[in-house]
Amino acid sequence: MSSEDGPSKKVSRKPRYSRFTQQELPACKPILTPALVIGILMCLGIIFIPIGLLALSASENVVEVVDRYDDVCIPSTDQKVGFIKDPATNKTCIRTFTIPKKMRKPVYVYYQLDNFYQNHRRYVKSRSDRQLWNPKAESSTTPCDPEGQTGDGKPIVPCGLIAWSLFNDTYMLSKNDAALQINKKDIAWRSDRTHKFGSNIYPKNFQNGTLIGGGKLDESIPLSQQEDLMVWMRTSALPTFRKLYGRIETDLEANEKITVTIQNNYNTYSFNGKKKLVISTATWIGGKNDFIGKMYMAVGGTSIVLGVIFSLLYVFKPRPLGDPSYLSWNKSPTLD
Amino acid sequence: MMKGSHQQRPLLNPSPRTPGKEELPYTPVNASIDASIPVSSKLYSQSQIEMSVDFVRSPSSSSYSIKEVSFREGNDVIVNPVIRYDSSGSNPVRHGSRGASSGGFGSSYKEIKDDDARLVYVNDPLRTNEKRFRFAGNSIRTSKYSFLTFLPRNLFEQFHRIAYIYFLVIAILNQLPQLAVFGRGASILPLALVLFVTAVKDAYEDFRRHRSDRIENNRVASVLVNGEFGDKKWKDICVGEVVKISGNQTLPCDMVLLSTSDATGVSYVQTTNLDGESNLKTRYAKQETQAKASLWGEIGGMLIKCEKPNRNIYGFQANMEIDGKSISLGPSNIILRGCELKNTDWVIGVVVYAGKETKAMLNNAGAPSKRSRLEKHMNKEIIILSLFLVALCTVVSISHGVWLRQHRKELYLMQFYRKYDYSEPEVEKYEYYGWGMEIFFVFLMSVIVFQVMIPISLYISVELVRIGQAYFMIRDDRMFDKSTNSRFQCRALNINEDLGQIKYVFSDKTGTLTENKMEFQCASIGGVDYDNGKAIDTETGYSAQVDGMVLRPKMMVKIDQDLLHLSKMKHTDEGKHLCDFLVALAACNTIVPLTVETSDPAVKLIEYQGESPDEQALVYAAASYGFMLVERSSGHIVIDIQGERQRFNVLGLHEFDSDRKRMSVIIGCPDQTVKVFVKGADTTMFQVIDKSLNLNMVKATESHLHAYSSKGLRTLVIGMREMSTSEFEQWQSSYDSASTALMGRANLLRKVASNVENNLRLLGASGIEDKLQQGVPEAIESLRTAGIKVWVLTGDKQETAISIGYSSKLLTSQMTQIVINNKSDSCRKSLDDALQLYKKLSDVSNSNDSGNGAGTNQLALIIDGTSLVYILETELEEKLFELSSKCTAVLCCRVAPLQKAGIVALIKNRTDDMTLAIGDGANDVSMIQKADVGIGISGQEGRQAVMASDFSMGQFRFLVPLLLIHGHWNYQRISYMILYNFYRNVVLVFVLFWYALFTGFTLTTAITDWSSVLYTVIYTSLPTIVVGVLDKDLGRSTLLKYPQLYGAGQRGESYNGNLFWFTILDTLWQSIAVFFIPLIAYWDSTVGISALGDLWILAVVILVNVHLAMDVIRWYTITHIAVWGSILATFICVMVIDALPFLPGYWAFFMIAKTKLFWVCLLGIVVSGLVPRFVVKVFVQHFKPDDIQIARVAEKFGYLQGDAETEMNPIFDLPQRTATT
Repeated sequence: MSSEDGPSKKVSRKPRYSRFTQQELPACKPILTPALVIGILMCLGIIFIPIGLLALSASENVVEVVDRYDDVCIPSTDQKVGFIKDPATNKTCIRTFTIPKKMRKPVYVYYQLDNFYQNHRRYVKSRSDRQLWNPKAESSTTPCDPEGQTGDGKPIVPCGLIAWSLFNDTYMLSKNDAALQINKKDIAWRSDRTHKFGSNIYPKNFQNGTLIGGGKLDESIPLSQQEDLMVWMRTSALPTFRKLYGRIETDLEANEKITVTIQNNYNTYSFNGKKKLVISTATWIGGKNDFIGKMYMAVGGTSIVLGVIFSLLYVFKPRPLGDPSYLSWNKSPTLD
Repeated sequence: MMKGSHQQRPLLNPSPRTPGKEELPYTPVNASIDASIPVSSKLYSQSQIEMSVDFVRSPSSSSYSIKEVSFREGNDVIVNPVIRYDSSGSNPVRHGSRGASSGGFGSSYKEIKDDDARLVYVNDPLRTNEKRFRFAGNSIRTSKYSFLTFLPRNLFEQFHRIAYIYFLVIAILNQLPQLAVFGRGASILPLALVLFVTAVKDAYEDFRRHRSDRIENNRVASVLVNGEFGDKKWKDICVGEVVKISGNQTLPCDMVLLSTSDATGVSYVQTTNLDGESNLKTRYAKQETQAKASLWGEIGGMLIKCEKPNRNIYGFQANMEIDGKSISLGPSNIILRGCELKNTDWVIGVVVYAGKETKAMLNNAGAPSKRSRLEKHMNKEIIILSLFLVALCTVVSISHGVWLRQHRKELYLMQFYRKYDYSEPEVEKYEYYGWGMEIFFVFLMSVIVFQVMIPISLYISVELVRIGQAYFMIRDDRMFDKSTNSRFQCRALNINEDLGQIKYVFSDKTGTLTENKMEFQCASIGGVDYDNGKAIDTETGYSAQVDGMVLRPKMMVKIDQDLLHLSKMKHTDEGKHLCDFLVALAACNTIVPLTVETSDPAVKLIEYQGESPDEQALVYAAASYGFMLVERSSGHIVIDIQGERQRFNVLGLHEFDSDRKRMSVIIGCPDQTVKVFVKGADTTMFQVIDKSLNLNMVKATESHLHAYSSKGLRTLVIGMREMSTSEFEQWQSSYDSASTALMGRANLLRKVASNVENNLRLLGASGIEDKLQQGVPEAIESLRTAGIKVWVLTGDKQETAISIGYSSKLLTSQMTQIVINNKSDSCRKSLDDALQLYKKLSDVSNSNDSGNGAGTNQLALIIDGTSLVYILETELEEKLFELSSKCTAVLCCRVAPLQKAGIVALIKNRTDDMTLAIGDGANDVSMIQKADVGIGISGQEGRQAVMASDFSMGQFRFLVPLLLIHGHWNYQRISYMILYNFYRNVVLVFVLFWYALFTGFTLTTAITDWSSVLYTVIYTSLPTIVVGVLDKDLGRSTLLKYPQLYGAGQRGESYNGNLFWFTILDTLWQSIAVFFIPLIAYWDSTVGISALGDLWILAVVILVNVHLAMDVIRWYTITHIAVWGSILATFICVMVIDALPFLPGYWAFFMIAKTKLFWVCLLGIVVSGLVPRFVVKVFVQHFKPDDIQIARVAEKFGYLQGDAETEMNPIFDLPQRTATT
């Protein structure tokens, strides 16, 4: 009625106007117009195909020699596990292969294990990261069971299944009877050497138990210099994996014969794992793997094809954009 | 306390779905509340009799109560139907409307037994508060927690939510050493975070409550101590004390009035804080106590026996023993905490309820809670997702079993799996529990790893988004009502999106479509129609001179000159007749005149305060013709009759009730005659009018009434008769005994009333216009175009209803009207005929013009309450539904409040369509609660509708922006958000799942546990919330211009089963892209688990964010920040995690990010993951664009007129805003 007239005591509760509260903020409203769509698809094609080509060629340029030796470096077929577990047997094994193409330095030497579940839950968890860099945390071995302590309760350093199962095959390369130096320096990450593995931590009670899992460690060398261990402790993501063994700092020419003297110590026989020696160069794409190249080619190609299809559609079956007469109720008057 | 003809007020009983914060004591008093609702069905009464008997089954006086209840059975005037829509019948009160029991004498009186009563010794608080009665003190506590109880209580409350329990179970599972998949910290973090945030919020709210409590408790009131009034803090006031309140003060507690500054014991209170009504209400002190006002220091020994505390603010019953006499007290003798004393210098009262037992505090109920349809739908999909979860877990655990089986001979020594512990001298099994258990453990572990499959965070995000949406709705200045100064209010926070799917709108008429501001239009007096009213301005209008002051009514009505002329000729018969009519208008009411100062000191305005707008209109009309009500006290009124002040004694008053549908006053006139004036609805009035007196006049009046109601006017018939002395004495004795009766008072009074309301002489009838609210026709048209069916339910007569229907454009001339108003059996025939008609019409329109048939075959159904009663009770209900669903407009007239809910139920039970009910009055409460969405209009009729509603607003027309704009946006936003949340969680779960297949099914996670926990919390949460709050598919103007766009919500286009499955398919593809591209790219490589994990999590996060970016329609700065910022935040988090030397993945990210392959992989994943979606989207938009898409493009390219930012619609009355673009 008339409560309005006169300056009423009540303060108006009218919401204060702002573009935000009224939801009127300026906004960009992108619309997928045909031109934009065709443009996006073509652009994808134009970007992806060259990358794919580059990746393919990079992968092509990688020279890789893979030699599986676990099955041949073993004398009899029945006693594999017994043989490998016997510390007395001579496990030296000599392999030769030819370099197919010139390999420019640095040439990487990897070992590859197949069917080794380094990502198995129990395995992954079985480590004590604190123990590796903190001398005071030597006895924090709880996550490491069953390789946390020796039988008489002394902590094992480094503890856990990962360290226990350290890979211990060794390779000696020679080219034309001359030894080929494998540089094992700096094969681990710098961050591991400087931070993760302590320079004042020395292996203790390692591989002293009844059950030997893998390699032993020199107890006089601090962990920060045990690069094989560091590499091994970077658990792999997949059950088939490579790990860096060392680098050859010279070029290898095509058709050169390489002789490898392998100390076949590591037991993969108890779980039918495979061991391979890999000598490979590397490019920006990593090792020899043309998947990325092919994928990029496929995606780029598809985009271009789709772009073309869409252009044709637009030419032959154009649709006016945003014509209100196309709204459903404008087309068919019976709404309900 | 008396209401106009169409208003009924139910008890303010909170509905069952609005339980109070604390469980209220269920006191026997409720039985009498129930009993005061005669409109409830007979079905109810049966159960209530039982209830009552239960309540009073105590040795003293059980017979009373049984009798007391039974009167309702014997009440033959009950016309209200039985509607069984609430089979549980758990709380019949909630649907009840107030019937005979308006205010004063409403509650049926029964002896209050000592056991059930609270005894208050006036001015003797010590005795009153003896040990065995534990009356609450007046200190209030709305806060929930204290410093000590906060933690346990808050946690207890929080864990009521099922989502938190899920979190907790997962976290506990993870604490078992065998199952510790995640680190302890990581597994508890999400739960802790959520609990913490909620706790902080609760603590803050509680702190504010503490503060306001403190302020409230420390207010000061004047209390009688040792014979003198002295200041006392509110919190120290206790029951039994005598308190003095001065004018404009707020009452500290519920008090029985003892005396007031007015000699007759009248006082006025404003109950705005209590029920939102701003008009003044009259409260009386009993004459017996009023007389002793001066003696309060000495007097004691008065005892008030009153009912136990209850939340019914319109009921109170008590007896007072004073000087050995027992007098009864009613609701008009009590003033309640929170009210303000007005127009009274002081009152003195005795405290009967204090603190938390006051009615105001008992009515502090929380907001109603409903579940939105989308959420119900969503829960279905969540069940599907949990089945997925179980399936994935089963696959993993069974595969694990197979793997163990295959390797069973190798497990003892295997380097990566040691089944035996050799470290001890004794070799024993090491964490191997046999493969049954291993499988089981793997299952539980996979539940932990895949836990995000159930998007718990979605519940929290949805809540946040709804808060954001509510904020925008409240802040929308287009939904602000200037006249009532009320904003839009969200009382229910969780059904915002339902507003976008409404199919049926049920609207009340009075106060909702119309303003409920009554304006006197015309009158039929003595068979002559006076309707040539012309507006005159206030200066020339009628005014009266009182003590040298000019008094003038505040509102002027249109004056009919003939009538004005005639009113001055009192000597003629016609003049006398007219005089009686105008005196009846001025006297037959409960209006309180108030004088208001104006700028001119010599002129005062007289303002009429009352609860019924109809009565106000009539009194203003009488005043305009020179019959100005200038004073009212409890015993008399003073009417200034054309300059001559005359005093009329009000000898008795029979209040309005919905059975009699009339009210009457017994007036002792200045000429020593006693007259009964009666006014009421035509249906009941003509029953009590002596037609033999002047048949022609009755006939003429009837025809005038018919004409008025066809014009949409509300009509009242007025009659009177003189009472002889003997008759008066007889009436007086029966009235006195009835009004002091201790039991069944309402019933007795009703009988007294019907005895005196008979053989009336017809004076005339009045026509009052209830003006349509602004913008109603446009709003109805918009809603109809949007495909919403608008039903109007009104208590008005058919003619009135139809005419309002036309003026509000609910009905149009093209419509074929089907009118069903016959009783009983012929209803069936009418329904059948109507259905036939429909068939015929649709056939015709189909054969004739399938092209432009819109409008030609529109049907409008008009049905009245009596037919509805019959139909709803029989199997015809089905037919009615069939018919009504085909009608474009449905108008139900003469419906009782309960029927309104029945009509809503008719639709709700038979379709999935969403219903919305909108109303302003207490009579709409039942339907507001019944409908999926209830909207209360905060208008003239108090707050009950608002209290029961989910949303409230000031005007009907706000329904258009509310539904078409906010509803549409809310629906689109929430729908997209739910689907997106499913998608984003399932993608991650699938990636984790694929990886589990490559780890010997042991659930190693390459992605660090911190990352997988932070995924839902930090990496991807903010963008969905921002988009959920801010993104708009279409601008305001487009939505208003094409209301049809609302159909997208009605059809559930943005969220449905198909979309869900489509999303899951998309998810599957994207997870494959994310997982397998790096897998193959890094096969046979030296990549470590952490490095690859970092790649995967980054790929997933970028993918889901770009996916969102692809779907964002409007890019605001904040959207950019949220989307790209989330990706950035993820990079930062991953870097931080990888910079912690004690984690195995130390520096992994930095090593892998150095390689180009990493970045090539990321790009490849994102593009190949999204290309299919992009292409599908483009093709759908090209070949099968939906309306929203077309409108969006049109909006973008400006094919739609008007600028999105500056659009205006006729239904908005706001000034044009200058364009800001």
